[in-house]
Amino acid sequence: MRALEPWVIRPLQDFVSESSARLTLLMTASGQVVAQHGFTGALDLMSAAALGAAIISSSSEIARVMDWPPFRNLVHQGQRQAHYLAWFDTPRGRWIALVVFGTETNLGLVQVFFEQMVEELAAAAPVESPPKEVLAVDFERELNASLRALFGR
Amino acid sequence: MIRDYKALLEPLTRLRGVRGAMVVAADDGVVVVDALMDGMKGKALAALAAALASRIVDLSTRASFGSARFIQLQAAEGSLLLVPATEQLLLVTVTGRDVPLGLTRLEMLKAAERMR
Repeated sequence: MRALEPWVIRPLQDFVSESSARLTLLMTASGQVVAQHGFTGALDLMSAAALGAAIISSSSEIARVMDWPPFRNLVHQGQRQAHYLAWFDTPRGRWIALVVFGTETNLGLVQVFFEQMVEELAAAAPVESPPKEVLAVDFERELNASLRALFGR
Repeated sequence: MIRDYKALLEPLTRLRGVRGAMVVAADDGVVVVDALMDGMKGKALAALAAALASRIVDLSTRASFGSARFIQLQAAEGSLLLVPATEQLLLVTVTGRDVPLGLTRLEMLKAAERMR
């Protein structure tokens, strides 16, 4: 399990152990990875984050066009595993979770423990510090630091 | 076969000591229909009941007992009763202490039969 910010680890750890999720990815609404459990490759992780964010974005757009409230979660049910994709608001802005689970658990359990994790994240989030300006010179260094934090390399 | 699951739960929830009943999707652990007393966490109960039923049905089959027909989890303050009604649906009843468990069981099996 890896996270860019340490306060995310405990709620995510609790969620993973209680829900028996195989893979979990937390990202910002723009697809920037915040924390992950179970992914082994940077490429898989970045692709999953980009696709997850795109799915949430397109489904929100469908809801907007139909004049419906935005869908909060989506479930892709497969024969041996399923994907649960949901957005939620945190003190750090809107985040998205992508959870992959198998037959060792069920959708209801994933949903119940997911809601618990959202509450725990809201409680654990430190008070927001003012956003610092991102300079091009810092970008590559920060990107490498993020990848090291997420994969330990 | 009955499709009005809400009506199916009525005879169960009228029994003394029954705090609620639900029809739950067996694979997903998601509530299909419920009749629960205020304050009961239906979503969590449904998810945990389905997870429990799935393991017990698996255990029962592996032990060559055949598929489980009725599951009773009795605790100090009440009981959780489960009937795998169909392959997809689970009938769940929550009771308090000192309830007529035999009658509740009978009503659950009758309700499950109507779901088939």
